[in-house]
Amino acid sequence: MEAFLNKTMLEVGYSTPRFDARSKVTGEELFAFDHCPEGLLWAGARRAGLAHGLIRGIDASRAASLPGVYAVLTRKDVPGTNRQGIVRKDQPVLAGTKVRHCGDPVALVLAEDRDVLEKALRLIKVDLEPLACVFDPEEGLRADAPQVHESGNLLHKAVIKVGDAERAFDECDVVIEDSFEVPAQEHAFLETQNGVARQEEDGRISMVVSTQAPFRDRFEIAHALGLDVEAIHVVSPSLGGGFGGKDGATVQCLLALGALRAAGRPVRMVWGREESFTAGYKRHPVRMWFRVGAMRDGMLRSIHCRLLYDTGPYAHLGVEVMALGMEHACGPYRVPNTLVEGRCVYTNNPVSGAMRGFGVCQTSFGIESMMDLLASKLRMDRLDIRLKNALRRGDKNGAGVTLVHSTGIVPCLEALGAHPLWKESGRWKSAAGPHKKRGVGLAAVSNAIGYGRGLPDSAIARVELTGEGKIRIYSGVTDMGQGNSSAFVQMAGEILRQDASRLEIIQPDTDLAHPSGSSSAGRTTYTFGNALIQACEELKEKLLHRASLLLMLDQPSGLVLLPGKVKHLPSDREVPLELLGRIFPQTDRGAVKQFVMPVAQDAAESAKEFKLGFPHVLYSYGAHLAYIEVDELTGKIDVKEYLAATEGGRVINPAGFEQQVHGAIAQGLGYGLMEELLTDRGKILNPNFTNYIIPTSMDIPEITSVCVETEESSGPFGMKGIGEVGMNAPLPVIAGGVEDAVGRRLRRSPLTGARVLAALKDQGESL
Amino acid sequence: MKISFDLNGKKTCIDVPADRKLVRVLREDLMLTGTKEGCGAGECGACTVLVDGQARLSCLMSAAQIEGRRVTTIEGLTENGRMHPVQEAFIEKGAVQCGFCTPGMVLASVDLLERTPCPSREEIREGLSGNLCRCSGYVKIVDAVEAAGEKMRRGNPK
Repeated sequence: MEAFLNKTMLEVGYSTPRFDARSKVTGEELFAFDHCPEGLLWAGARRAGLAHGLIRGIDASRAASLPGVYAVLTRKDVPGTNRQGIVRKDQPVLAGTKVRHCGDPVALVLAEDRDVLEKALRLIKVDLEPLACVFDPEEGLRADAPQVHESGNLLHKAVIKVGDAERAFDECDVVIEDSFEVPAQEHAFLETQNGVARQEEDGRISMVVSTQAPFRDRFEIAHALGLDVEAIHVVSPSLGGGFGGKDGATVQCLLALGALRAAGRPVRMVWGREESFTAGYKRHPVRMWFRVGAMRDGMLRSIHCRLLYDTGPYAHLGVEVMALGMEHACGPYRVPNTLVEGRCVYTNNPVSGAMRGFGVCQTSFGIESMMDLLASKLRMDRLDIRLKNALRRGDKNGAGVTLVHSTGIVPCLEALGAHPLWKESGRWKSAAGPHKKRGVGLAAVSNAIGYGRGLPDSAIARVELTGEGKIRIYSGVTDMGQGNSSAFVQMAGEILRQDASRLEIIQPDTDLAHPSGSSSAGRTTYTFGNALIQACEELKEKLLHRASLLLMLDQPSGLVLLPGKVKHLPSDREVPLELLGRIFPQTDRGAVKQFVMPVAQDAAESAKEFKLGFPHVLYSYGAHLAYIEVDELTGKIDVKEYLAATEGGRVINPAGFEQQVHGAIAQGLGYGLMEELLTDRGKILNPNFTNYIIPTSMDIPEITSVCVETEESSGPFGMKGIGEVGMNAPLPVIAGGVEDAVGRRLRRSPLTGARVLAALKDQGESL
Repeated sequence: MKISFDLNGKKTCIDVPADRKLVRVLREDLMLTGTKEGCGAGECGACTVLVDGQARLSCLMSAAQIEGRRVTTIEGLTENGRMHPVQEAFIEKGAVQCGFCTPGMVLASVDLLERTPCPSREEIREGLSGNLCRCSGYVKIVDAVEAAGEKMRRGNPK
């Protein structure tokens, strides 16, 4: 029995140290950034530097003749379609006829070293004929607007309709209306986009790259460059952060293009920080208009909302981001009548794409601000009004989906209400010092997990007993830092009863693992974990049966797996795993299993415009609270305390759960307090950490994380993904706290000191 | 230019251009890839190393500046396979996520605890404010430094 309880075992439910922590604190962990093979060529892209223009010509002659320059490639050197994109292929690998944002690449240089590369990039002359630009999505929809693509500037529009929102407003005791606006946010992962690729002797392209979607990358590269998918081999080591910004091709197609030209030499591309800002994907800027109707008792009756997403010049996942934002626009509430209208518009601003919260943290700001305003109008408590409307299992959400899975927003709100930070907030507020005003903000949020209907959310896990008697997991999904691979090791350790020393995990390698989708959408641990559990169960059966043969038993009864061995409890006899590893061939020592996530079976009538990504059936929930202190002289906001109650089913590793909650809050506080990508005619004005400030250790308060456990019966060990949900609350929490403190409602984020000060000076209506 | 310095306890001689960035010398010439680079402009702290025991940004230093100095990278913090108490505390307290800021964060913490053996949480936050982390909320990193300080004060050998 002792062996089962030994804490060195990797078991589900314990705060065991992350499996990768040791190699990361010693510097041994190899990121894509650390792959620097001998004889490599450095690759770099010449960027357009103009938001919209026709390419009249590219003169690369001086660059090409520079000693140390291996090759300069332009559009005409790109085989295949030259078009990349996850769903819609509208983004050129190298722009050939026109540029649509400042970061568009127009030439790729291969050089012997980085100094030569920099020089060569500067020597390329790009002759551009400036075109009229679209920087404002509203203006982009006018009939006479300049066209970013020939197909027009409207990438997509869609409507979610449940009941009859317009008619329901007539029945409401109170109807309020308001507008909100959020800017682009930078992912700011510390490891910028990078990778290294080479063409093997057999013609295949092999690549080690910092990517969230190694399997899908092969298709993107193959489509863009006219290659066979099987001719591309992608390895994705641990990522130095991703947050959505490494979902979809960044360096991949350029690297493969370079490798095709480099005659077997490795080609390395590392985006510098400014290039990462200029060419990388951003969180979508969104403008929102809300109309909310309720009864006198606070019950929501009707919500009408219009959303305008600025997707930049390329679709990336713009339509899917908008779909998820629309799906969450009515919050985690029961609303019988909803009308959500969304439009996603091409502009010449930087490219918007996937980012943690994926369209939801924008609409959460809108709906949670509306809930505060409604509470204030009805003179109700902000927590009570949320609890009153909060979704329970069996309810239909604002998108018309019946919640048949775990639905934990009520216990989250109850946990918040029972916490001393809520109960004692009045006393704290009244103790503000001179020139300080204090307030408390709160928000209730949800975040769907999985790809949604239309795209099977599937993973295939492979696990084997190695020849040395260890358990090896072939992960099919990237670990961008969120700790999914640690969770996988813990799950395998739980089922196969092995300690850390007998478990291995191989990060995604498209030649070794099986296609398992991207590391994204809160689905990484859920989907792959479910497949892995099945694979581990099968392997366990196999190992017990093979051990019973060696022990001359008719049946495997009485056999158990223990660290390093199979033991026959009735006779005390053992078979070491090393022996099983040596005796049986590799084909008999493994298991491969697939899992596909459940999808919503209703809401079929709404939002037919979305072919995929709508709706979802599984959601995680959170209720957050913060103590906010506003300096009346400077407008500066100080977040003094932060509390998050989170429901994500059961918890695999409490420490890992907390890491995700803390990290999401920190990014959310950055989004709420300081982060805003500034542009002038499409050019980013703050493309580095000197001007684009992300939170430091001085900006994030102590965080209290309360885990509200439920059982998600479809989840691996009962869990759901919680990486994203925490991102959605901090901005509305801050806005609510500021209003509570100084009586001003800010409708534009981030809530910088300057904006708060302006609101304080405004004697009339608040901003 | 020929440069001699002490690297992780070993006398080291290299011949590189005097203005070559230290981070490139370490990562690309000496293959010590534990040191990271996140911005190249002294803003993120990922490239932090110890020079004569003090935290320095290797992306802002040139090779010539380390002549005769003692340089410690993350690879040199582990002695005979034994981790530094700060490294152990980072593991135990869950202060490691993606791990890209970790080497720099660990070295900055070592320097901080050398200068301030018994720091308050505020002092830890201030001491690490030059090292960006995008994955955590810094709370667990502060926990780890606090725990490492306690461990070191109790006189635990490395």
